[in-house]
Amino acid sequence: MKLVTEKRELSSRLLRFSAPIVSILVALFVAGFLLLAAGVNPFQAYLEIVQESLGSLYGLSETLVKTTPLIFTSLGVSLAFRMQIWNIGAEGQLYLGACGATAVALFSGLEHPVMMITAMFFAAFLCGGLWAGVAGLLRARWQVNEVIVTLLMNYIAILGVDYLVYGPWKDPKGFNFPLTAQFSDAARLTEYFDTRLHSGFFLALFCALLLYLFMERTVWGYEIKVIGSNPKAARYAGMNTGMAIFFVLFLSGAIAGIAGFGEVAGLQHRLQHGISPGYGYTAIIIAWLARRSALGVVIVSFLMGVLLVGGDSLQLTWQLPVAFVYAFQGLILFFLLASDFFINNRLKLVRGGRHA
Amino acid sequence: MLEILLDATVRSSTPILFATLGAIINERAGIINLGIEGLMLIGALAGFAGTQASGSLLVGVLAAFFAAMLAGSVHAFITVQLRGNQIVSGLALTMFGVGITALFGRSMVGLTIAGFERIAIPGLNRLPVIGKPFFNQDMLIYFSFLLVVAIAFFFYRTRWGLALRTVGENPAAADTCGVPVLLTRFLAVTIGSGIVGIGGAYLSLATTPMWIENMSAGRGWIAVALVIFASWSSYRALAGAYLFGGITAMQLRFQAMGTTVSAHILQMLPYFFTILVLVISTIRLQKGASQQPESLGQPYDREDRK
Repeated sequence: MKLVTEKRELSSRLLRFSAPIVSILVALFVAGFLLLAAGVNPFQAYLEIVQESLGSLYGLSETLVKTTPLIFTSLGVSLAFRMQIWNIGAEGQLYLGACGATAVALFSGLEHPVMMITAMFFAAFLCGGLWAGVAGLLRARWQVNEVIVTLLMNYIAILGVDYLVYGPWKDPKGFNFPLTAQFSDAARLTEYFDTRLHSGFFLALFCALLLYLFMERTVWGYEIKVIGSNPKAARYAGMNTGMAIFFVLFLSGAIAGIAGFGEVAGLQHRLQHGISPGYGYTAIIIAWLARRSALGVVIVSFLMGVLLVGGDSLQLTWQLPVAFVYAFQGLILFFLLASDFFINNRLKLVRGGRHA
Repeated sequence: MLEILLDATVRSSTPILFATLGAIINERAGIINLGIEGLMLIGALAGFAGTQASGSLLVGVLAAFFAAMLAGSVHAFITVQLRGNQIVSGLALTMFGVGITALFGRSMVGLTIAGFERIAIPGLNRLPVIGKPFFNQDMLIYFSFLLVVAIAFFFYRTRWGLALRTVGENPAAADTCGVPVLLTRFLAVTIGSGIVGIGGAYLSLATTPMWIENMSAGRGWIAVALVIFASWSSYRALAGAYLFGGITAMQLRFQAMGTTVSAHILQMLPYFFTILVLVISTIRLQKGASQQPESLGQPYDREDRK
């Protein structure tokens, strides 16, 4: 008897849709052993994650607070994915967006809330977009690998924000902490139910809907999909692929930049060191798990929000490092890639002989 | 002054050099590995834990090699056997590495070990200017010199090296000649990953003999970029790694001298220069004949052979 793989004649639809769920479950199972090895009871830990993130109105609101930047960054990353462009720089674009919004909030002198918020929004949009646009330009003009450029620019962006909050933008009344002065009331998004949930969440949902319509109902969206699946055909059809690459990376970064706007205008009300615990990296996993669907992005972002809120609480009760969440996310991706194989292939037992 | 700067250059280059060499072995066989950053962290933690437990630096380095190899074998299995997306699998490996080392590194924080010590090579260490920086160093640095030559020899002077390069260039042709494509790729990814792990171990056993969460700080990504700068050659990898070590050393020197330029700005320099060099070497590659392995990033499936 011998175990061999063979191609399926038709890819399995059932597996296609169940693969993300199965991978999450298997990752939970394997991560359980890792937790056990680190001296933490996995059942208690998982129970705590669910209770903390979903068990109370406050917990749920915190989950949505974390879901918000995840939706923005993941939408950005998944937009680029549609064209087979890898934007690994959503983290840096978020920081740049936060930077742009903060510059407007601190120095524009606008007093009317609507004007102020609108200006902050567009500053974040533009900063995030241009930051990713650098990688877009390099890729479109000289085929420079956008994975490496967008990633390395994360480090530069984070150091740049550090420079500002430790240096020129530091709040003189902030007891030397690395943060800027607090924003005026005009620069704050509305908050609901006495929680930290802010209108950025609804903006994120709206943005997901908008992006869905853009991809499915406009010529531009169609072109992006064609270029992504068959760049040669796109060129023969007269599409300007270079321009499209720049445009998509710009838009992808701009959407990730809005996440930064949401964080400073809705949540922190100032710019400070370490505003994101790695939303931009989690976004890559969300975009891959969501399989290019905007609705999928919203759902998976919520799941990851649950994980992040739970991870924060595990840090308090078990002194587990928050970075553990990354190990879990890495596992999910591994299992998803492995299960992708079985969508198009199946295992088969062959009796005797060398048959393969 | 020049000697001190050169010495700091060699010491800050070595982890990146190991990582770049490991990545080159991966890519020469046709597999992109974006897990370098994670593998370095796994190597750093395993190296530190191994030395801490055994009291032997050699055990630490071996632990780093095998731990990174084990982690790399996951990437190898997914990309080679299961023909999964190499970029996503590599990113997953990096995330897994960051997370798992944070988790298991908790108990190592604050512990100390006796790190690598300098051993002078008699005679050579008396050479003017380059004597001290290059020949009064620790064993891992000497090992890295050796590895650069050994890898070049392996690629161009051995049958296995030829087989590995063919698998990266034209796997179907290699298959026809009886080279086991999948096995060769699997071994290239795992052994390459192990070498990356030694680079990580250099951080925790020599640079700063302790474990710090996320201590690779982007060096793995710099190594990924340097592979392109190096046009997949181990000698050019040496040049590239030293260039970056030089920038890091200068940046540290400026900070030590107490310049008015912000430390945050200075810390950006290595990343900034990596991007610059990546752009220049990409443009240059396109003008000349590209050295990039022909089948880089493409899974091999015998059934698709033409």
